[in-house]
Amino acid sequence: MLAQAFFFWIFAAVLVGSALAVILARNPVHSVLFLILAFVNASGLFVLMGAEFLAMILIVVYVGAVAVLFLFVIMLLDVDFAQLKQGFVQYLPIGGLIAICVGFELWYVTAGWTRSPHPAAAAAPTALVGNTKALGLVIYTRYAFFFEAAGLILLTAMIGAIVLTLRHKVGVKRQDIAEQVARSPATAVELRKVASRAGI
Amino acid sequence: MSSLTPSRPSEDKSILVVGGVAAAAIVVILLGVIYGFAEKHWGAGIEHWFYTTAFGAVVRYILESLILLVGVLISTAILIYGERKIWASVQLRRGPNVVGPWGVMQPFADFLKFILKEPVIPSSANKGVFILAPLVGVVLAMSAWAVIPVASGWVVADINVGVLYLFAVSSLGVYGIIMAGWASNSKYAFLSALRSAAQMVSYEVSIGFVIVTVLLCAGSLNLTEIVRAQDTWGGILGWYWLRLLPMCVIFFVSSLAETNRPPFDLVEAESELVAGYQVEYSASMFLLQFLGELVAILAMSSMMTVMFLGGWLSPLPFPPFTWVPGIIWFLIKAWAVVFCFSMTKAVVPRYRYDQLMRLGWKVFLPISLAMVVIVAAFVEMFGSVGR
Repeated sequence: MLAQAFFFWIFAAVLVGSALAVILARNPVHSVLFLILAFVNASGLFVLMGAEFLAMILIVVYVGAVAVLFLFVIMLLDVDFAQLKQGFVQYLPIGGLIAICVGFELWYVTAGWTRSPHPAAAAAPTALVGNTKALGLVIYTRYAFFFEAAGLILLTAMIGAIVLTLRHKVGVKRQDIAEQVARSPATAVELRKVASRAGI
Repeated sequence: MSSLTPSRPSEDKSILVVGGVAAAAIVVILLGVIYGFAEKHWGAGIEHWFYTTAFGAVVRYILESLILLVGVLISTAILIYGERKIWASVQLRRGPNVVGPWGVMQPFADFLKFILKEPVIPSSANKGVFILAPLVGVVLAMSAWAVIPVASGWVVADINVGVLYLFAVSSLGVYGIIMAGWASNSKYAFLSALRSAAQMVSYEVSIGFVIVTVLLCAGSLNLTEIVRAQDTWGGILGWYWLRLLPMCVIFFVSSLAETNRPPFDLVEAESELVAGYQVEYSASMFLLQFLGELVAILAMSSMMTVMFLGGWLSPLPFPPFTWVPGIIWFLIKAWAVVFCFSMTKAVVPRYRYDQLMRLGWKVFLPISLAMVVIVAAFVEMFGSVGR
């Protein structure tokens, strides 16, 4: 119990600190690295709560894939810091308004949160059924349609992204492996009799 | 002796061999004496202390991790020497043969050289990230070993989501490279980091699907359970390499790409990028980069051993072979996979980058996705695969 409290305070403190550093860091790449640190510490908190499956999925999906692409984009952007800070006072009122709205919504959600007596028990890890199995039993039975709907939404997003960015350039040389493999000496090599000093 | 390579007198070698063996024997005897002393005086009490009290558990975890990591580091030294000898044999050279008997001390000489040289940090580098990057790489590669069962019950953390943990840690390995590439503030390093990020993210997808097929068959995410699920009367024929043969091949090739090994070492392609993300690193920071890479290779091969080659199980499941300790079988299998890694480097030419991407997305991804569906349908219809 003591060790758990110890690690909780470490993870929580580093999580809050790195979350603050995300918005305070001057260099955007440092911001993303602090974001990754925050993710890793959040998954540490998940492990302490006994939700090891969620912890690992958080790392695999967010840190291992999403944040890598994020880092990619941020590194390739040519950000001018002076320009970025320029309109700070100008945008302060509307930014502050949005911050207050989001803060109020967050407060509303957390204040209205109560532990429901029955559905949570279905996913709670017990000694007999592991965390992963318990989640699977709930997701693929009770919430199967919601799960599939989430999948469809992601598929739509993916198709949208492909449609927006796909361009068929003309005049670009592409490699067609099947065509290359299908070539035989008969189609690839042409034998010609060349007369001396005549050329082709 | 007219050979061009400097050679030592033979008695020198024998003295070193005898000295080394004697030193090892003395260490083993000392450890035995200490263990016997502790066993005689405290006996059951020390076991009770290790397994029931909180402080004892902490000490036990630290000791277990230390023993495992020392084993991993010694394996890394053997890997450096072994790989160079293997490549040399393939190319009809002699390989390292100067430092120590048959050159076996070469990795330690390299180690000393890296430690004693001056570390140079480029003035335009982002210093914090530059120094952090090799540390991230080596720590992540080593932390993967926490869940790998090297013999029955010989595992530091026997967690329920062991496979997912390994997958998560190996997918984090890319950060060491991206951070190094970006912080170096050099074109070559940065290009290499971009290549590496794209490559590792692509091949992770197919590795993920391969892992899904394995755990569909085993019915568990725990690595110990996955090895137990391969324990059938069929012995070597019952392991998953045969039942999931295409997946085993895909996993091997993907793990080559995941660890940036040839033929997928575009990240450090000498002819294009000098040394890739390592180009600005020197001395002990380079040593850490190098170490992280090698430890990741060892971890990948032991992951393959656990998932496809039956971990610590004996290939022939009857007495004379099952008496052999599990750790020996594990080591034999893991080193066999490492040997395949080295041979691949020696005999296969480097891929082109678009071919690499094509292989990942257009060949491995559809095959592994289809196999997930097929294996799931098979498990659903027959209860399990081939049992």
